[in-house]
Amino acid sequence: MSNPTRDGGEPRQRLRFNPIMCKAHGVCIELLPELITADPWGYPVLDGRPVPPRLLAHAKRAVQSCPTLALLLIDE
Amino acid sequence: MSQPSDPTAQLPTAQFPTAQFPTAVPPPGLLDGSAHLPTHVATFGALPALAAEQVLAAAGRAGLTGRGGAGFPVERKMRAVAASAAKSRRGARSEPVVIANGCEGEPASGKDGALLRRSPHLVLDGIALAARAVGARTAYLCVHEDDSAVRQTVQDAIAQREAVRSDEVDVVVVGVPARYSASEETALVSAVEGGPALPRFTPPRPFERGVGGRPTLINNVETLAHLALICRRGPDWFRAAGTPDAPGTTLVTVSGAVAAPSVHEIPLGIPVSELIALAGGATEPLQALLVGGYFGTWLPAADAPHTPVTPRGLAAAGTSLGAGVFVAFPQAACGLAETARVARYLARHSAGQCGPCVNGLPALASALEALAFKGDQRAPAYLNRMTGFVTGRGACRLPDGATRLITSALTVFAQDVRAHARSGPCPAARRAPLLPTPAEPGAGLGAASALSGASARGVVAR
Repeated sequence: MSNPTRDGGEPRQRLRFNPIMCKAHGVCIELLPELITADPWGYPVLDGRPVPPRLLAHAKRAVQSCPTLALLLIDE
Repeated sequence: MSQPSDPTAQLPTAQFPTAQFPTAVPPPGLLDGSAHLPTHVATFGALPALAAEQVLAAAGRAGLTGRGGAGFPVERKMRAVAASAAKSRRGARSEPVVIANGCEGEPASGKDGALLRRSPHLVLDGIALAARAVGARTAYLCVHEDDSAVRQTVQDAIAQREAVRSDEVDVVVVGVPARYSASEETALVSAVEGGPALPRFTPPRPFERGVGGRPTLINNVETLAHLALICRRGPDWFRAAGTPDAPGTTLVTVSGAVAAPSVHEIPLGIPVSELIALAGGATEPLQALLVGGYFGTWLPAADAPHTPVTPRGLAAAGTSLGAGVFVAFPQAACGLAETARVARYLARHSAGQCGPCVNGLPALASALEALAFKGDQRAPAYLNRMTGFVTGRGACRLPDGATRLITSALTVFAQDVRAHARSGPCPAARRAPLLPTPAEPGAGLGAASALSGASARGVVAR
């Protein structure tokens, strides 16, 4: 995950969570442990770096699986 | 430092002598206005009929920055709003809106209330100019809903202006609850829309889509009052005060262990210690100052004489100007106990929307209380670890402000942290609280009842 731009002109994307929407279901933490860990109360702590290409499909699945639509993939 | 003071260990009170720097602002200044429109015009002159570009250029050449805490350049903010409106394809629904923020969420701040009571027409002049700059026809002036004196003053001032049709802009007064996070920009947008004054997730930022989806300019009332004087007297006049990188004057609220807690207009760049002199001097030896308010940081008293009141000068000392709040903190008080009370206050004032804030702020407050009042040895390590789970994880900046203040207390009062963990709480922890943590909205220094009368160049607080 050290060089997320090596595959050329693809826009880089980062994960964000909307803390107002998030109700700590923890689905994203289950689906993407490489980039998302839990804080002491079960809310997601996100890896702030761009999502590496090999994890992008997993990241999209985590975004789609959030029950409160709180997880976002933001274009750089 | 918070042990009962040994007289021989006290800092000499001569540390803060009478003012040595040119702290006086030539009258008439921001606080020399009037709630009576003809008197206001006689004092400051008529508002010049400037075009949008002239207002923008004046703000830019003056180097005017926001006085609400963030310090963002005013011209850039205005141009961002105008640009959002220009590129929007929403027709009439893209017409910008102006919000003047006079809510003063900081309990230890009194400057916005003082300005609104003493010079409401300067603020309204600034609103008219800002509206012209961005092309707005509607503006909202947000004040604390329970501050009836300020509400009445601004309503009367608006009525006087409507009677002579002095403005093209319609100004609506909006009462906002006194909760700390209610004066955050997105919370104001929600309040103006008639909703709860709760922060929102961004983006979009208000300059893109704010009130009713319209590009919204949000400025502090003091910022707008400066704009009203700059447009009369010119950018060079503004730059004659202050420093090249921090031009102009600013309003500060000085309270705590000083003879005359008060609001002052000061040129940027004077040393922090001069503010103590302006407020009548320290009433007892000081160990620190709380700078910036409850989102702020502690400054050791020994640094006050060589720390200039500018963004750069304060940043070099590890602190920031915020909304111009300075609380003189005596040696015979306990910085950990006071910070613990403020941490609890901030936890109570959470909007209750974001998990890390709802859970984290009470946890941090409890740990700091355990350290301050029970000498809990595990608290320092716990606090250092837990602040990382709170900072930057809310929709608004409340969690960030709380962790900044707590981290600053652990650094500046490091000796106290060790002493409390080693031998239990100090006697000073049981001293009566110094920093206001109003239980009910409006009970703080910012309330109408808290400020009365005027000193020669300032307004006396309390």
